[in-house]
Amino acid sequence: MTDTQFEPKIIAFLCNWCTYTGADLAGTSRLQYPPNVRIIRLMCSGAVDPIYVLKADLAGADGILIGGCHPGDCHYQEGNYKARRRVVAMKEILKNAGFDEDRVWLRWISASEGSRFADTIREMTAAIKEKGPNPMKTTWAV
Amino acid sequence: MKTIIPVENGDTLQALQGFLGRLLETGTVDALLVPLRTPYGTVTPGIVTNPEMLAEADPLAPVLPSNGATLAGKLSAREPRAKVGVMLRSCELRALIELVKMQQANLADLVLIAVDCAGTYSVPVFVKKGTGDKGQGLWQELYQLATLQPETSQPEIRAACKICEQPVFDGAQITIELLGSDLSQGIHISLTDELAARLGMSPCDANGRAAVVEKLVAARTASRDAAFAEIRARLEGKEGVPGVFAACIRCHNCMEVCPICYCKQCVFKSPIFDHDPMQFIGWAKQKGAYRMPPDTMLFHLTRMNHMALSCVGCGMCTEACPAELPVGLVFRAVNQRLDAAFDYHPGHSVDDPLPLVTFKADEWTEIGE
Ligand code: SF4
Ligand code: SF4
Ligand code: FES
Repeated sequence: MTDTQFEPKIIAFLCNWCTYTGADLAGTSRLQYPPNVRIIRLMCSGAVDPIYVLKADLAGADGILIGGCHPGDCHYQEGNYKARRRVVAMKEILKNAGFDEDRVWLRWISASEGSRFADTIREMTAAIKEKGPNPMKTTWAV
Repeated sequence: MKTIIPVENGDTLQALQGFLGRLLETGTVDALLVPLRTPYGTVTPGIVTNPEMLAEADPLAPVLPSNGATLAGKLSAREPRAKVGVMLRSCELRALIELVKMQQANLADLVLIAVDCAGTYSVPVFVKKGTGDKGQGLWQELYQLATLQPETSQPEIRAACKICEQPVFDGAQITIELLGSDLSQGIHISLTDELAARLGMSPCDANGRAAVVEKLVAARTASRDAAFAEIRARLEGKEGVPGVFAACIRCHNCMEVCPICYCKQCVFKSPIFDHDPMQFIGWAKQKGAYRMPPDTMLFHLTRMNHMALSCVGCGMCTEACPAELPVGLVFRAVNQRLDAAFDYHPGHSVDDPLPLVTFKADEWTEIGE
């Protein structure tokens, strides 16, 4: 597979109240962004257990985005702050376990930031294209 | 306060049993959790309420059948409960501190009795060596070696013990200071003034422990760093977790014996992994082949995320692994990096919050953008 043909697959775990609504706004505003993202809605970024992200990574997802409300705006007060710590730990573990931790992104995108959502997907798609496919795509022995 | 338990006729074990008996007789505790010799010559933790039974106590037997933190949790997490003295090694006490923070144990009615540790044998090695004369020679050999030649590890102690740089625990109500003195003469202990008064013990001079512990810790730290370098070369090199755990048979033993993995219903035993038959076929089609049983690396990586921050390095996982994988070494190596990132020290204090349940508003702003 050459780089020009490679279309990354990004799995996005988005909080219901902010980033998911932001993604919805991007859609209803007819903003253009790459069709590389598959969205999974959760109630809060704080509900993202590492197991979801790891499952996606081991299954071969090229990028994983966790989206939540801006700091201070979480509808459950502190879910996003705790999510951030979990992501810090997860990236440290991925790095130490022989995986590419930079395939995992955490972004704060509010309900009114449709264009920020579109920009993030554009930015992420480009960065992951640069990296190439997740080697886990073809690694069966995991 | 520091004091000394006199030893008569060189019988250290009997002196220690006598001291434990006083804890029961004075009503300082209602029960003791201590290692006991079974009639079959093996050693197991047990609960003693009758001082006479302490003749079977063998708290220095160099074997760790399970991490006693879990057992102390069973005796303390819920009320009503008794006042229990728990005699534990450093790695057990550190795990206990973590369990307290996870609401799986409670220190209110526990009297912590810390035993300096000179290392332990695997259960089968211990059984081979240690039956017979109450295994007295076994622990004497280990404490003597640790005291006289702290730089040298006994070659047969567990891999986890060879790299254990925290063989002593700070912060117990009673500490049996076995390192750095001639145990055939007396047993140095330190205890709270309140307990000393209750037991009628008077102060005595300090011993040579600090210097010995320092040397022991330095030697163990060097072994630890060498072991970490070796496993990291594998983890960060071509192999990664999939290579290091390639021979895993997914028995879950490592999780079962882990004192930190307390979940009653682990997600890996839950119905979310009861996939439909065609789901597996789909995954196999995606990658060309699919490892069965499924999700083996997911299991290890998830467990790392769930508990590695609190890993105390007791090595129970390595002991339990039928595939003889260096489970504990991997988790410790990862734990060191995590603890550096979060400036967290598992087992040090019940007042240090678990890193994943606390937060600051203005940290890691570069990670969540
Ligand atoms: S890991 Fe440390 S404290 Fe635990 S048994 Fe081994 S030497 Fe003792
Ligand atoms: S004990 Fe060993 S074989 Fe069993 S699940 Fe853990 S790593 Fe795998
Ligand atoms: S509700 Fe959006 S991050 Fe918690």
